[in-house]
Amino acid sequence: MTGKTAIEELEPPQLGRAGGGSATGSGSPEGGDGGPVPRGTPQGTYVTGIWLALASILMFFTALVSSFVVRKGLSNDWVAFPLPGILWANTAVLVASSATLERARRLLARQALNDFRGWWGVTTALGLLFLVGQLVAWRELRAAEIYLSTNPSSSFFYLLTGTHGLHLLGGVLALLYVGVRERQESLRVSRETAVTATSIYWHFLGGLWIVLFLLLYLG
Amino acid sequence: MATEAHPVVHEAPKGFLWKYIFSVDHKVIGIQYYLLALVAVFVGIFLSLLMRLHLVWPSAELPFFGKMTPEQYLALMTMHGTIMVFFVLTTAPQSGFGNYFLPIQIGAPDMAFPRLNMLSFWFTFLAFVVLVAAFFVTGGAPISGWTAYVPLSAVGEIAGSGLGLGQSLWIISIAIFAGASLMGALNFITTTLDLRTKGMSLFRMPLTVWAWFITAILALLAFAVLLAAGILLLLDRHAGTSFFIPGGLVITGKLLPHQGGSPLLWQHLFWFFGHPEVYISILPGMGVTSHILATFARKPVFGYRAMVYAICAIALLGLSVWGHHMFTSGMSPYSAFAFSLLTMSIGVPSAIKTFNWLGTLWGGQIRFTVAMLFALGFVSLFVTGGLSGLFLAQPAVDLPLHDTYFVVGHFHLIMGVAAIFGIFAATYYWFPKMFGRFLSEPLGKAHFWLTFIGVYAIFMPMHFIGLSGHPRRYSETTAVPFLGELDPVHYFMTMAAFMTAAAQLIFVFNFFWSLWRGKKAVELNPWEATTLEWTVPSPPPHDNFLGRYPVIYRGPYEYSVPGAEKDFVPQHLPGDGRGPGASASQ
Amino acid sequence: MAQNRSGLGSGWVAAAFALILILLTFSTIYIFVGRVWWFPEPANSFAEAIDKQFGRTLFITGVVFFFAQLGLAYVIWRYRDRGQRAHYSHGNNVLEVLWTSATIILFLGLGIAAERAWASLHFQGASLGALPVEITGKQFQWYFRYPGQDGQFGRTAPELIDAAVGNPLGVDYDDPAAQDDIVSQLMAVPRNQEIEVILRSQDVTHSFFVRELRFKQDAVPGMTIRLHFRGEKLGAYDIVCAELCGQSHYDMNTKLVVMPPDEFNRIVSSQDEYYKWEDEFNTDVEDRP
Repeated sequence: MTGKTAIEELEPPQLGRAGGGSATGSGSPEGGDGGPVPRGTPQGTYVTGIWLALASILMFFTALVSSFVVRKGLSNDWVAFPLPGILWANTAVLVASSATLERARRLLARQALNDFRGWWGVTTALGLLFLVGQLVAWRELRAAEIYLSTNPSSSFFYLLTGTHGLHLLGGVLALLYVGVRERQESLRVSRETAVTATSIYWHFLGGLWIVLFLLLYLG
Repeated sequence: MATEAHPVVHEAPKGFLWKYIFSVDHKVIGIQYYLLALVAVFVGIFLSLLMRLHLVWPSAELPFFGKMTPEQYLALMTMHGTIMVFFVLTTAPQSGFGNYFLPIQIGAPDMAFPRLNMLSFWFTFLAFVVLVAAFFVTGGAPISGWTAYVPLSAVGEIAGSGLGLGQSLWIISIAIFAGASLMGALNFITTTLDLRTKGMSLFRMPLTVWAWFITAILALLAFAVLLAAGILLLLDRHAGTSFFIPGGLVITGKLLPHQGGSPLLWQHLFWFFGHPEVYISILPGMGVTSHILATFARKPVFGYRAMVYAICAIALLGLSVWGHHMFTSGMSPYSAFAFSLLTMSIGVPSAIKTFNWLGTLWGGQIRFTVAMLFALGFVSLFVTGGLSGLFLAQPAVDLPLHDTYFVVGHFHLIMGVAAIFGIFAATYYWFPKMFGRFLSEPLGKAHFWLTFIGVYAIFMPMHFIGLSGHPRRYSETTAVPFLGELDPVHYFMTMAAFMTAAAQLIFVFNFFWSLWRGKKAVELNPWEATTLEWTVPSPPPHDNFLGRYPVIYRGPYEYSVPGAEKDFVPQHLPGDGRGPGASASQ
Repeated sequence: MAQNRSGLGSGWVAAAFALILILLTFSTIYIFVGRVWWFPEPANSFAEAIDKQFGRTLFITGVVFFFAQLGLAYVIWRYRDRGQRAHYSHGNNVLEVLWTSATIILFLGLGIAAERAWASLHFQGASLGALPVEITGKQFQWYFRYPGQDGQFGRTAPELIDAAVGNPLGVDYDDPAAQDDIVSQLMAVPRNQEIEVILRSQDVTHSFFVRELRFKQDAVPGMTIRLHFRGEKLGAYDIVCAELCGQSHYDMNTKLVVMPPDEFNRIVSSQDEYYKWEDEFNTDVEDRP
């Protein structure tokens, strides 16, 4: 071997994961036909990315929830107010959307593309419905003259529902994007990857909402 | 499923705009980050020089200012801190060099998400523009320091100049920066987890990669909290909420309408980010130092695994010690004690790193390239700056020292200067790979000696005037009698600051001169190093490895292997099983 | 080898580097040991306890500093490239365990030793006979309020704060307990008497710092922080603000005067006496060259 290393000494391209641990364990492709396959980002990587994004989002909401607990515990100016009843309905809608999304995923696994698209569409609609419902809840509060700055309890209500709503809006846009692009066969990643990544995000936001709702309801 | 098997390919960009401005190539983005940091560092140095001048000649006429007012001084201080912490210490070592070399060192063609990578850079750039804009708006830049303590930062112009629009721009800039850093961190972690080439197991990764990887995890967790804190602060300022602002505040005679907020809540949220931020700045420097010490001592890193565990321990502890910034804040004294012990224990992995660096050098064959000199300087600065931390980590000893120049000296040495030495070491080391030409070594040596002596001359005396009780963030020393005695020290530090700043001009000249006129890096591997970046052309092509990808056979630092023909065995050379590769991952 | 490596292990570079490190080490140690710059003389036993712990920390860090910097100087000089072959080693687990345990014991021991001084300040409240003094920070003044003969502070309200009419703390003078409250910008305390500090802020965060007492505590708006100290040496000490509070942060200072108890009792006997003393003190300061 010469000390001066050259490209010629490099091995032929290797596809897929490294020798070390893998974060997702999802189907990782092994080796091509040995030819000079151009390498890029493996599909499973998108799923890793989503999980990491969730870690960060979780930290973000942990900070807000801790602030809620601290702010409530420290002061004597906290005045609770009755939550708008529509939040129960919204919660049910969001839970239902997770169920329809799972249904869609199962159908995709069975290659029932048309049915998959139907349930995917239903999920998207339910997501939009949830957002509309949250806006209605805001309107109800404003009608009752409870605003962002009225009391720390209302500040946190608007803050938590607002930031969650923004994240969920991102989820709805992802559902729409995947729904449209998937029909056009113009996704950059495979249909399965896109669906898996979107679902992980969506279920997370559903779970997060239940935690936030409990916090607002009990707190 | 054919579609599943195919990775997403990122084509080489075409046209000037897509190749150099909105490039998705991690190498171009790395250089963009580096240049942004270079601009930022000179803005930051310039601001600090103006401050140093004002401290010794409070009534002198200065460029841009005339006679500087106290609020202008505080605005400079705030902007100096913010620019240096975010746009230099976070941007250059992690986003700059990390972007450029992490994919190459693990044998990947690019980052996992190249377009997200481009977005991260342009958001960082936008954040910088928004921050600098604060200088030019009515009221000027904020005066609340880079820590933006509430209520000063929350109640608006009424509490001082720059606290109106300037402070809002500051918060928005930091929020954008946090978002950009989150995207960057996500990219770094995913790339490290999923894009390592065959044979590149975790314990065969260069220590630089480990440092970038762990730093990214810290950033992913910490910046999310900063973002949340920033949103709360903006709402307090502009939406009338009272998350942080307590009731009954009377500012310049006016009673504020807020009720019941907690200023300490801001401090907790800020330092939950702020302390990890220290490690975000310094960990990449530690990685670079380990990497360069091994290369130029011609020895494997002493205790590679211990080094990895130490990085992890520092990061883990770093997330749980934020309270040591708050010993005098009115926080529960019992938690202060817990924070203190946790902080003292960070000294342990830090000591492990120092001992292992000395162990790496011990019995080596040390070549004094400029990169090596800066890495050695890093070790010295890290020891000095780290040890003064042991004073501040004890609540009782912190009492007389907190918020004095002792703290300023401490964090400048460890988080500022040591990290900068890491950046310089990396620059001299990787410049030939990045630009195909060498930086001038003689100029580099002059730069090193002046800087090394200069930074000690600036920052060591700060510890001493801190002992004397000199509070920090004082625009003048004229008002308190005992500060007058310390004026000669200020004078000395100002002189040292100007000398050190002048030495940086040597670097700038060297940088741009060498870019076009420097000695050509003909060899792929001029430093006779072992890691993957030295197997590719200088600069590397779009996908780094020309469509052929390396397989890794051993650990990253196989230097001076007995029986080997050369004194280094690169990671990608196939071994015979009996060779050094077998023990490489120990 | 295309790269010309002559000079890479240069003795000059090694010697210069080692020399700088040696100079750094000895000058730093000289400045600390010779106390070229140092804390001001402690004004009570609490300050002495802190100085002792500082000394312990200085000793331990000093030893580590000495050996680490000189060790670095040594290896730089000793192992410069003179054509020798580096020693191939991946480390030594025994050494790792040894120095890890050593630093754990050293650093944590130091941390635990520091607890006592902290505990005496924070974990125990002021004793029963302590003299309460309310200290309020506002941009950019310190105010001190004494309860007067009745030992009771009068009520305060933020709405009443009006420095222009001479009520910077918003004391409600309709409250009988407020009638004899003394509000001053100068702090007097009797020697050897424990003082209960009741620390507040009206606007932004300030920090009450007296060097000679090694006493520093943030004054946080919305919080009332109670601490205690004892002035054991007669004298006038600077009170400064140690937390950035706005543009005149550098100018927010006054004096703490530790005086004999009988003199103190005389001046707090009435508001007039106190203000008379305050005027005298200020004139004295102005008269000084």
